[in-house]
Amino acid sequence: MERYFQEEIECAPREKILAIQNEKLVAQVKNVWDNVEYYRKKMQEKNLTPDDIKSVDDLHKLPFLSKADLKAAYPYGLLARPLKDCVRIQSTSGTTGKRVVAFYTQKDIDMWEECCARAIVAAGGTNEDVCQVSYGYGLFTGGPGLNGGSHKVGCLTIPASSGNTERQIMFIMDLQATILCCTPSYAAYLGESMKEMGLTPEQIPLKAGIFGAEAWSEEMRRDIEKTLGIKAYDIYGLTEISGPGVSFECSAQKGMHINEDHFIAEIIDPDTGEVLPEGTQGELVFTSLDKEAFPLLRYRTRDICTLTREKCSCGRTHVRMAKPRGRSDDMLIIRGVNVFPSQIETVLLKNGYAANYQIIVDRINNTDTFDINVEMTPDMFTDNVGEVQTRKKVLESGLHSMLGIKAKVNLVAPKTITRSEGKAVRVIDKRKI
Amino acid sequence: MAVNQVSVFLENKPGTLNQMTKVLANHGVNIRALSLADTNDFGIARMIVNDVFEATNVLKEENFVATFTPVLIYAISDEAGSLNKILEKFTAANVNVEYMYAFAGKKNAYMIFRVKDTANAEKLLSSQGLKSLTQEQIADV
Repeated sequence: MERYFQEEIECAPREKILAIQNEKLVAQVKNVWDNVEYYRKKMQEKNLTPDDIKSVDDLHKLPFLSKADLKAAYPYGLLARPLKDCVRIQSTSGTTGKRVVAFYTQKDIDMWEECCARAIVAAGGTNEDVCQVSYGYGLFTGGPGLNGGSHKVGCLTIPASSGNTERQIMFIMDLQATILCCTPSYAAYLGESMKEMGLTPEQIPLKAGIFGAEAWSEEMRRDIEKTLGIKAYDIYGLTEISGPGVSFECSAQKGMHINEDHFIAEIIDPDTGEVLPEGTQGELVFTSLDKEAFPLLRYRTRDICTLTREKCSCGRTHVRMAKPRGRSDDMLIIRGVNVFPSQIETVLLKNGYAANYQIIVDRINNTDTFDINVEMTPDMFTDNVGEVQTRKKVLESGLHSMLGIKAKVNLVAPKTITRSEGKAVRVIDKRKI
Repeated sequence: MAVNQVSVFLENKPGTLNQMTKVLANHGVNIRALSLADTNDFGIARMIVNDVFEATNVLKEENFVATFTPVLIYAISDEAGSLNKILEKFTAANVNVEYMYAFAGKKNAYMIFRVKDTANAEKLLSSQGLKSLTQEQIADV
């Protein structure tokens, strides 16, 4: 039996969701116009006033916001409430130089935590569960978000934060944790460490994992599920919009339901900015309907994915987004070809190697070099040189057919690639372009 | 009886072989015989050691990938023609050698052979009158 945190809204008829969105959008646009000078100017440049936005159908008229706008408006330029109403900031490293700083009122935090609670319940969580939150706590939204969500569900919450793997495992085993929240790469690392300690999936008390904050493949999911003996659920979010829980997976594991009573999702052509029809792949754009302190309208996420409103077997009616093919920030262009690290991970796991790898890109004599360091595993090692080389060649040709360009694989000793306790450092780009 | 050889994956960069020998030295593992297979990208160390389990355990603890490989070891006398003599029996038994290396003991020289189907090869060679050494016997030679 599928369980819901807020069934009435999570399973509401589409017309009701649309009515909520229409009403909230009109109010939010007015709020932003009145309180955020930076965005008002952007609207004025397009000769728009709040009166032009009467429903979701008019959303496409509004100007976009991007990371560049966050940088230009840093730190207070997009704030819609006086500081006395704000109770928290969260922050994330910006690839454009400045950090992203997002502000929250208490109501904003409650909304965010409710979104996380929906994700935990969708993963089977109840107040009987022991939920270990091994995302980093602090400026990073992962820890605080899932921590709050876990409280709202009523789970016994272990605020383990990231790092100290031995202590993580001790808590999981001693306190019989049933739900684990962390990044997928850290879940894989915990799984590996527990396996090395001789713990079998049957001995590990965990039953579900809620993993997000970085791109991961379906193969990696199956791998983690097998080592830990759990069902692994994807969760998605970004600090600019609130944090984890903007969307989350249900038992169907077929895309993540976006909390549409709080956020409107659009898919646009990243080059022209034009809204694309449902099912078409493009850049994901979010409009925050409820945020008081930091209400972003039409924020471009740079995540490439698709949306579907097809009925989901779990009963939820909110639109689903496919796992992003990768943040366009993660995308590498090597010899003119788009390469997503998640594609490499897929091939590695398919060929029996661990998902721990490092991509090294350089430019020598005007040509891009593309090396992938892959850790040797006991399963892929034999005493026969020819056999090890053959397996390596199979891996290289698998990568070639997946990526469309050739990569050189370097086999390295186990555990020599730095493990992430937060997000993994997968790419070293030495090119100076 | 086949003897367990320890095979270790070595990354191709300065110091890795030394790192491996340091781990073994620190744990009092004696290397009786060693052969190194190398390619441009990586190497594989193959060793006969006095304590196979200790060696593999301590290597794994230090993040080396190490496995057991069954090999056949035969004693040969330290004189001209003895390797030829033994290989003629391999030919007669139609056993293919994947790789081999050697070490000198107190009395004899010892040849270590890696073949495909170790159990079957051993049977065929034994019918040719060749008796392979056991793990215990290796410790004493």
